Amino acid sequence: MKSLRLSRPPPAALFRRGALRPASTLSASTSTARPPPPHQRPRPALQQRRHASSLSQRPDAKYLMFPGAVKSQFSHELRFVQPSAHEALPTYRAVDQHGVVVDPSFAPDLSDEEVVKLYRDMLTVSIMDVVMFDAQRQGRVSFYMVSAGEEAVSVATASALAPEDVIFCQYREQGVFKQRGFELSDFMNQLFANHKDPGKGRNMPVHYGSRELNIHTISSPLATQLPQAAGAAYALKVQRMQDPSVPPRVVATYFGEGAASEGDFHAALNMAATRSCPVIFICRNNGYAISTPTLEQYRGDGIASRGVGYGIDTIRVDGNDFWAVREVTRRAREMALQDGGKPVLIEAMTYRVSHHSTSDDSFAYRARVEVEDWKRRDNPIARLRKWMEAKGIWDENQEREARESIRRDVLKAFSEAEREKKPPIRAMFEDVYEELTPELQEQMKQLRRHLEKYPEEYDVSPFEGGKESLDK
Amino acid sequence: MSRFLRPAARFAATARAAAAVRPAASSPFIARAAAVPRVQQRRTYAESSGVKEYTVREALNEALAEELELNPKVFIMGEEVAQYNGAYKVTKGLLDRFGDKRVIDTPITEMGFAGLAVGAALSGLHPVCEFMTFNFAMQAIDHIVNSAAKTLYMSGGIQPCNITFRGPNGFAAGVAAQHSQDYSAWYGSIPGLKVVSPWSAEDAKGLLKAAIRDPNPVVVLENELLYGQAFPMSEAAQKDDFVLPFGKAKIERPGKDLTIVSLSRCVGQSLVAAENLKKKYGVEAEVINLRSIKPLDVDAIVKSVKKTHRLLAVESGFPAFGVGAEILALTMEYAFDYLDTPAQRITGADVPTPYAQKLEEMSFPTEPLIEDFAAKMLRV
Repeated sequence: MKSLRLSRPPPAALFRRGALRPASTLSASTSTARPPPPHQRPRPALQQRRHASSLSQRPDAKYLMFPGAVKSQFSHELRFVQPSAHEALPTYRAVDQHGVVVDPSFAPDLSDEEVVKLYRDMLTVSIMDVVMFDAQRQGRVSFYMVSAGEEAVSVATASALAPEDVIFCQYREQGVFKQRGFELSDFMNQLFANHKDPGKGRNMPVHYGSRELNIHTISSPLATQLPQAAGAAYALKVQRMQDPSVPPRVVATYFGEGAASEGDFHAALNMAATRSCPVIFICRNNGYAISTPTLEQYRGDGIASRGVGYGIDTIRVDGNDFWAVREVTRRAREMALQDGGKPVLIEAMTYRVSHHSTSDDSFAYRARVEVEDWKRRDNPIARLRKWMEAKGIWDENQEREARESIRRDVLKAFSEAEREKKPPIRAMFEDVYEELTPELQEQMKQLRRHLEKYPEEYDVSPFEGGKESLDK
Repeated sequence: MSRFLRPAARFAATARAAAAVRPAASSPFIARAAAVPRVQQRRTYAESSGVKEYTVREALNEALAEELELNPKVFIMGEEVAQYNGAYKVTKGLLDRFGDKRVIDTPITEMGFAGLAVGAALSGLHPVCEFMTFNFAMQAIDHIVNSAAKTLYMSGGIQPCNITFRGPNGFAAGVAAQHSQDYSAWYGSIPGLKVVSPWSAEDAKGLLKAAIRDPNPVVVLENELLYGQAFPMSEAAQKDDFVLPFGKAKIERPGKDLTIVSLSRCVGQSLVAAENLKKKYGVEAEVINLRSIKPLDVDAIVKSVKKTHRLLAVESGFPAFGVGAEILALTMEYAFDYLDTPAQRITGADVPTPYAQKLEEMSFPTEPLIEDFAAKMLRV
């Protein structure tokens, strides 16, 4: 803000956003609030250290030594960097779309049973999605979000993390919950907001959360999970510094390429890099942010190039390749724990086969044939199935049997959850604060008196514990 | 249903019933006052005791140092808080004492470091997030309102968020509209947040310490113009176990003729005005320092109005939908029958704060303005 320089030197550069105060505007009553003038400011020893990085270059140096770019070589060529002149970052793939291994160094690190378990996780998510999408259309839940086409990104990444690792999801990562041990009943209880929902019926459908599984409750505002994940990673780092016997842990956080346009994404990468937080940023680049295609979402080489810009170790991976995603995440976790912790960015390229949510009809902005084409040509579930069939650990019969039994289980959990009672009325007042404040207690008593007085007006029977829940 | 989920519900049942037994009085305030016992809430200092002068800045600094010392989970982060000792020197010396893992300079990204702090809080640390001023916190308000305040509730009670947001708020001098705004009403309207606004050094220390210890997200709205002001600090308040309860206002000056409810820097202005009212007209104004905006001590306001029968709210925010508006509405709802004259408010002007000094002065409450307005209300 050079243009706003005042004729008089300001007392201290308190305001970075231009409004420097001239001394004359300070009245007698306010002058006491001013910080001490620069020459009286204490100079802590640490300040010396920071200055050490801002040496100007030595005479005849070949490299720039300004504090902001310490390794830049001088050039006599006046040339702007053109993003288009750079080749796009490569996309790592271990197994191609026919289920054939293409990375010669690839060796599966899971037993056959473990692979089948993860395959069934992906299948479960996919079948549950279809059932719940229809349930929303029938008006039985208000909202749902499908993750078709992106099952590998969530299940494979989650499978490469330790159960103690902390996860912040966006909202399309049912596979993460499933892989970690969320039961069908857990999903359904949340979706129907019944009294067994650990969220006590306070959140929209698909906003799952689980303390036991170390997954933070999903929060709707886009990209806020990213700086928070960096903060959680910082907390893990501090915990380990204070108690080295704690096993090393990382935070993993998920987001779409659309969320990467939010300021929070950029803030998060910068904060995580400067504070060296052990966090893995996992981008599901699925081609669409609701209706906005990636070409209108950003310019440049995807989300991965942003990571490089922030000085973060980055990789782009084929998001429909279960094995590649798993291997990349496993390595990312190792790297995130090196050197006392650092962030890693994974950009998983995939395609959102589903509509954005039940509130969206994507055929209004993309061709049906495009979606059908992706479904047929490349689907993460089909790709892992081909690999498994080639290995001889899966066949047509097992596939049919698995699909049928999963569908049965989903419908069973569905109807059980739908019949459960709603959370107690009391839950409306709890957890606004850690303690029930006197105000809230009084409101509760008042509601109790009211329900007592007009029993004909209110049907409290659907609620667990009826009006008596307000007595406790 | 919504009329049950309201603040101060406990007064709803009693407001009308109590009014019926109110004694009739002919003289506006003198006759009534005799029957009212003097309120003994005012803090007094033992003469010989170790009362010391503290600036608000020193009080805040001491509070931070003590809490950092006491609990290894506490850390402070923000722009310029470490090397530079804070833009307003509130964090002076903390870096040298506690190191750069607990006193952390951040890049200039409010949404970044506020988000990071919220994440750290959700993971069990107790961050103190300093905003250079709350004017800049607007860039991070999503994290404060949507994440910090609501996550405990929306997670079904499994994710507490013990975080303190602090920094200067409200009127300042010579920094124009984008650096002089009061956010009390903004944060005060959010369920899940606790909001305090200290005036004196004791307020500052006691409320900040309570904020850091409180398991909920707390917004501490300080004022830049108070940082350098000195106040007596009692011996008790100098100890490291001194905390002030939330939701409890303090009667800074007892009186029988008019209740002035105020917060932050306006408390000091109201006290000066009250002194002048006494000197010039012989009337006794009671000055209530709210200390806490959410929860709000409606009890203290109603009790005082029952005694004085007149209410004047003084605050520096914009008039519309503000703290003053809330106080007037609550008084109307719960103490209407005790009022002898319509409750009034003095607020900041309904304009973006001008830079020019004379215009700026006209944009905020001043001591003469409070005095004149109160005299008019009392018809003296």
